[in-house]
Amino acid sequence: MYPASTTAPNVIEVEHLDTFYGNRQILKDVTLGVEDGEVLVIMGGSGSGKSTLLRYMLALERPQSGIIRILGRDLVNASRSEMYELRKKSGVAFQSGALFSSMSVGDNIMLPLREHTDLDESTMRIMARLKLEVVDLAGFEDLMPSELSGGMIKRAALARAVVMDPKLLFCDEPSAGLDPVVASAIDDLILRLRDALGMTVIVVTHELESAFKIADRIAVLDKGKILIIGTVDEVRACDDPRVQNLLNRRVEEEELDPEAYLHRLTGGRHE
Amino acid sequence: MAAEQDRRAAPGVALLDSIESFGRATVDAVKEFGYAAALFFESLYWLALGRRWRQPVRMSSVVSEMMQIGIRALPIVTVLSMTIGIMLAIQGIHTLRLFGAESRVTLGIALSITREFAPLITGILVAGRSGSALAARLGTMNINQEIDALRVMGINPVRFLVAPSLVAMMVMVPLLTFWADFVGLLGAGLYVGIDLGMSLGAYFDEVFNLTTVDDLTHGLSKSVIFAALITLVAVVNGGNVTGGAEGVGRATTRSVVQAIAAILITDMLFVFIVTR
Repeated sequence: MYPASTTAPNVIEVEHLDTFYGNRQILKDVTLGVEDGEVLVIMGGSGSGKSTLLRYMLALERPQSGIIRILGRDLVNASRSEMYELRKKSGVAFQSGALFSSMSVGDNIMLPLREHTDLDESTMRIMARLKLEVVDLAGFEDLMPSELSGGMIKRAALARAVVMDPKLLFCDEPSAGLDPVVASAIDDLILRLRDALGMTVIVVTHELESAFKIADRIAVLDKGKILIIGTVDEVRACDDPRVQNLLNRRVEEEELDPEAYLHRLTGGRHE
Repeated sequence: MAAEQDRRAAPGVALLDSIESFGRATVDAVKEFGYAAALFFESLYWLALGRRWRQPVRMSSVVSEMMQIGIRALPIVTVLSMTIGIMLAIQGIHTLRLFGAESRVTLGIALSITREFAPLITGILVAGRSGSALAARLGTMNINQEIDALRVMGINPVRFLVAPSLVAMMVMVPLLTFWADFVGLLGAGLYVGIDLGMSLGAYFDEVFNLTTVDDLTHGLSKSVIFAALITLVAVVNGGNVTGGAEGVGRATTRSVVQAIAAILITDMLFVFIVTR
């Protein structure tokens, strides 16, 4: 495992996180640190628990056991006002964009400013335009989200995520479902945002190319467990067969357990 | 396996199973009821103390909800309460004619419109029009992760979405009911005028003599409760949507049916408690 850096303190620390969905365990003893200013990609196939991990880091769910600290604050014990301060310091771009369909693009991007600052309307408008400029959507602020293409929605969502100049930027599948050219443009955009605004970026994705392109470090998640956290080269060189399967897009060999197979087929009534 | 089948086949087990599912449904209902109550008090909290946390309930969203729920519903409320008024006059005169007492119809009309029909028709209408819209909107926002987006932005969804709707409902539904009172009485008066030859002025004189402030407040206070019920039922259903667009449709239907059921049952209980 990649040794924790001693130079910069971790902005996010996840320790021994176990999570359950009903009786099914989703994350198993996940421990992970995100360093200040890095781009950390959490990579894994579907069902690996990467979206779940993101939801817990965003404090959308409460961990059953384990500790999550964001910017030094323990999420479980954080008071309402501490949580509020943390929320203002982080931006999130959801997979679907999650733009408010009843508001124009401009109003969507201005919403955090409207709710959290006392700026006057014209200042907010300028700040929103600045961010739209960064994501190459200048002039689109009066359109409704339904009038945008998939790539534009993702870029608008990024603009909304960074409008408060957050310390942390979370991106859920930023390039999924986009054509390769647009996907690559989004990757460039994330790197540009990180460099321009000095943010720490956490990206959840299943796209290998995108992960290798933007990541400083990659955490590979499989079946709720972290297989490896390391730089792109370290992950490539990792000889864990499951990591290699994922990197080479090989279908994993199913474990052969006739008893479990029969159990699944019969719904547990064959005993 | 054979033992399992035997166990399932036993009649006692089937009964136990149905008792269990009844129990589960009851627990779920209690859970939803508790959730609704929590939403109600959290909304009040944000209304009262939001400003202190620098997160006020926005007046602009309250006003736009009021437009949607109240002003835009005026035409249909007018038409329906007029219809109900005329219908009541026809039925009332028809029934009382059996005793030759049709001139006493005004009393029945005045009391039943102000105490029952105006709040009920307004409540049912708003449940169908705005309750369903609210459930659908929240459901869609839920599956599009828009509610999550609000939460991670540090914008409390109850303050931002629920409180404005709740306030708008609790103000506009009584106002609509008051309007329905007037239009319903007018419609009945017009029919009474045609059938019994009573002038509209004389009719309204009689109405004002027969109805007390108590009758009016009885109807209006019920409508405030209906307003809260419609909003909370819609929010609980919309907020619990799973399963994509189909789920939104299901939640919307469920929300309308539950809201109307809640309105009728509450009405009965309210009348029982207040009039006895």
